[in-house]
Amino acid sequence: MGEIVLQTFGLTKAFRGFVAVNNVDLAVRRGTIHALIGPNGAGKTTVFNLLTKFHQPSAGRIVYDGIDITGERPAATARRGLVRSFQISATFAQMTARENVRVALQRAQGLAFHFWRSERALDALDDRALALLADVGLADFAEVRAADLPYGRKRTLELATTLALDPRMLLLDEPTQGMATEDVDRIKALIKRIAANRTILMVEHNMSVVADISDTITVLQRGEILAEGPYHIVAEVPAVRAAYMGGGHG
Amino acid sequence: MSSTLRLFWLFVAAAILVPFFPQIVYPIFMMKVLCYGLFACAFNLLLGYTGLVSFAHAAFLGSAGYVTGALMIRHADRIGTEVAILAGVATAAAIGAVIGGLAIRRKGIYFAMITLALSQIVYFLAVQFRWTGGEDGLQGIPRGRLFGLVDLTSDNAIYGFTLVVFVAGFLLVHRIIHSPFGQILRAIRDNEPRAISLGYDTDRFKLLAFVLSAAVAGLAGALKALVFQLVSLNDVSLHTSTEVVLMTLLGGLGTIWGPLVGAALVVGLQNYLATLGDMVTIVIGLIFIVCVSFFRLGLVGEFLRLRKSA
Ligand SMILES: Nc1ncnc2c1ncn2[C@@H]1O[C@H](COP(=O)(O)OP(=O)(O)OP(=O)(O)O)[C@@H](O)[C@H]1O
Ligand SMILES: [Mg+2]
Repeated sequence: MGEIVLQTFGLTKAFRGFVAVNNVDLAVRRGTIHALIGPNGAGKTTVFNLLTKFHQPSAGRIVYDGIDITGERPAATARRGLVRSFQISATFAQMTARENVRVALQRAQGLAFHFWRSERALDALDDRALALLADVGLADFAEVRAADLPYGRKRTLELATTLALDPRMLLLDEPTQGMATEDVDRIKALIKRIAANRTILMVEHNMSVVADISDTITVLQRGEILAEGPYHIVAEVPAVRAAYMGGGHG
Repeated sequence: MSSTLRLFWLFVAAAILVPFFPQIVYPIFMMKVLCYGLFACAFNLLLGYTGLVSFAHAAFLGSAGYVTGALMIRHADRIGTEVAILAGVATAAAIGAVIGGLAIRRKGIYFAMITLALSQIVYFLAVQFRWTGGEDGLQGIPRGRLFGLVDLTSDNAIYGFTLVVFVAGFLLVHRIIHSPFGQILRAIRDNEPRAISLGYDTDRFKLLAFVLSAAVAGLAGALKALVFQLVSLNDVSLHTSTEVVLMTLLGGLGTIWGPLVGAALVVGLQNYLATLGDMVTIVIGLIFIVCVSFFRLGLVGEFLRLRKSA
């Protein structure tokens, strides 16, 4: 396995006295799919918010690619190639699928602040936007407004938009939540495929997805790490079986 | 050319005819509509296309008016009118940068309240300074010569000039909305956290939108000072800031045409109901209540919706 690309030291977050994440030491290795699991309210999304700088930690440090990013602004961290998705699907509702992907492509193009230029300058990005949409099976939906897409397609669009940035590391918060089985299989295959040259940290409740594609699993409970390791080992830890596996999820 | 722009040129063609048929529409009424229409377009850029509620827009309209007016009163013989206008616009943009810079860190209602508080400071300054004429405001502002050549004093000259400036301002706002920058603004309006997660420093985009909006509002204010040859405290007052909200919502938020239609409606009502005195405010208030209750998208917004569903 590769070297560690993302690491936290004593990561802690308290909301008005309530400790949602407590002293978490997480280490994600380059090129792996790392799953973060745990019961509702365990603090998984909060960990994501901390890693992507949407929340400031109460204590602890975050190191990405050898650089301490603890005090960085969220957009700056994203530009480093550490890009997240959201638990509740996050698309630009009034824009078409093609325009959604274009927003991501536009950043590298360097015209984002050009208010005097015609939007036709963005046409140059259309080929790549359409290719990205085709790649995730959304070719037929290119001109549909994101708000009008079915739920599963929205999540796929979110992935395509994220991939448009060609990030080196993806943080996916429950990518298959609320999806029908065939959609789940499609997303699972897609994640597996995009992981070929990337690192993925994902929160996932669906244990079949976790079991099938993750290299390492970290189990979080009440903000603390309960267990860590590959699926077959984590699944045998009695505390995990009691706290999570038997809890009716997945 | 998009259908919006085709319609726009049709409107411009009709506006050109106005001075020839003063018995149908008074040119002075038309100029007032154009000034407030541009003002509302500037406001719409911020509220309709960026999702920011500002109660400071009178500060931009008024400050530009004061600076342009004061310069013309003192130096009309030495500078062209365009210099005074540019100075007014630059002032509005600078004040916009300060107010925007302080407010943008906050969200929603807090953002609106900070713009309100800061615009009250501008009002206070306008009362205190001597060069603004205090309670009297500025009167008898000369229109001067454009580039030292074109005399703007006559009614037809100022009418033509107003139309040209309005067209330029309207097209600028249209371009900003339909630019690569405008796309990012739409994205921020739809889902700001997502835009951040894609690596955009959304505060910087919002600030630029704020400054651009302030500058265009300033352009409207400078123009209005020249057309009516006066600037008063009313121009920097909260009343004017709320009036532009009204115009934009009545006409249709986030539509290109809405602000102009809304401005024409409000200015028209104020003119034709002028005999009612203070009652005008009540009538406009009632119309506003009816509008937000039954035409939530504004006149233009509802029209577009009906056409789409037809
Ligand atoms: N902004 C906040 N303010 C206060 N409390 C919060 C905030 N965000 C999260 N919490 C609390 O922190 C705890 C962890 O929440 P979090 O969303 O991280 O859980 P999760 O593991 O993602 O759960 P789920 O599986 O339901 O998504 C919860 O008790 C939640 O109520
Ligand atoms: Mg969560």
